[in-house]
Amino acid sequence: MAEVSRLAIARAMFVKDVRVEIRSRVVAHQILPFAALVMVLFAFALDATNVLTRVAPGLIWLAVLFSMIIIVQRTFAVEATDGALEALQAAGVDPVPVYWGKWAALVTQLLVLELLLIVTAIVLYGIEVRAGGIVLLVTTAISATCGLAAVGTIYGGLAAGVSGRETLLPLLVLPVASPVLIGATRAVEAALGTGGTAIAEGWPWLGLLSVFAVAFGVGGSFAFGPLIED
Amino acid sequence: MTTISPQRAEISSLPRGTGTRATRIIGIATIVMIAWLALFGLVLSPADRDQGDSVRIMYVHVPSVWLAYLAFIVTAVCSAIHLFGKRHSLGVDRIAGASAEIGVVFMAVTLATGMLWGRITWGVYWQWDARLTTTALLFVSYIGYLAVRGLDGTQQQRARRSAVIGLLVVLEIPLVHWSVRLWRSLHQEATVLGTDLDVSLDGLMLFSLFVGVIAFTLLFLWLVLHRSRTLTMIDLVGDRELDRAVIARRAEGGIDHA
Repeated sequence: MAEVSRLAIARAMFVKDVRVEIRSRVVAHQILPFAALVMVLFAFALDATNVLTRVAPGLIWLAVLFSMIIIVQRTFAVEATDGALEALQAAGVDPVPVYWGKWAALVTQLLVLELLLIVTAIVLYGIEVRAGGIVLLVTTAISATCGLAAVGTIYGGLAAGVSGRETLLPLLVLPVASPVLIGATRAVEAALGTGGTAIAEGWPWLGLLSVFAVAFGVGGSFAFGPLIED
Repeated sequence: MTTISPQRAEISSLPRGTGTRATRIIGIATIVMIAWLALFGLVLSPADRDQGDSVRIMYVHVPSVWLAYLAFIVTAVCSAIHLFGKRHSLGVDRIAGASAEIGVVFMAVTLATGMLWGRITWGVYWQWDARLTTTALLFVSYIGYLAVRGLDGTQQQRARRSAVIGLLVVLEIPLVHWSVRLWRSLHQEATVLGTDLDVSLDGLMLFSLFVGVIAFTLLFLWLVLHRSRTLTMIDLVGDRELDRAVIARRAEGGIDHA
């Protein structure tokens, strides 16, 4: 039998995850409404339009983090229910492309989620996206998402098939993801000009987000195999 | 002559305790050093000109943070040895686990004593300072590490998973510290009491701190030896119970366990 290339495995995993989502519509029907609801609840809690505009970047990324936990739980619950990860190991499939395939699917879902949350913030919180900040906003979203998805996929792999994963995942992911929350919030503040921040102030944060994404991307490639191994 | 049941015989074949001659010597040395620390920290060293007697909290705070970081370094090194070593030794995994448990306890002591000192000196329990925030996140991360050690699975699975998580936390520390430092550099530092703290230490104060560091290092050594041996005994009991259950099920099915 011809050996399947790593790229083909990653692509197959990505397509499978996206297809499962398109058919089940869990993200579209449950997680996106949940994220929008979180944004509404933040408005209830803070109860002042000027405060909301000021803290909107942070609230967007908090909503992304909370929603990501649910997406990761869901995507690995699908694998664990049918023992799919064990089957892949039994078949001798390399875990590295499996990691990257799942990472790419998570990146796709998170980018859709972030787009929705930015639109929600424009509508509900009255934030304005200035033309000069669009490049920074998009690059921040992409690099922060790559880092978050790397962390989410590593810890999702660990928690797959283990009892008590629902409570364990946030405890593991949230402290690790805190640099992304800080960096992405500050960069988005610069992109939107929140509190008079200049666009140039956002670029150093992008450096942090990129280093984070690369570090955990590489770390995940090494860690994913031993974590899912039986 | 009394007959000993097989179960009692197995239990009695386990080590009777976790102490050895070496741990007893380290234990006595630890007690002596801690008594010495109490003498220097509470009686002989002077009160600080600005901070008064609250400076004495430092004699516990600084050695605690030293011990916690030492424990986390030991955990990381043992995790790497387990993962990359040829034998994938469970012994080093137990040292990693014991060390992380002790690190978490002393990190909690560090945070608690730091907050008490902060309340007296700064007027607040907490400041969003880079070092404090990194320490708090590190504390939560190692609680997560201990939670991973508590997951279901075989001893080898536990060792592998926790070794990977132990190394990922090491990857996390510089990134968290970098992000928090960059974040705090953009904000005004809290100046609650406006006290300009002079950190130049009196010779006796420095010596008391030194005694504290030695005492806590010995304490760490003593605790890690006992705790890793306790973990070994827990694993042994687990193995024996499993063996016994297998033999009992085989006997029920009429299968000879020769």
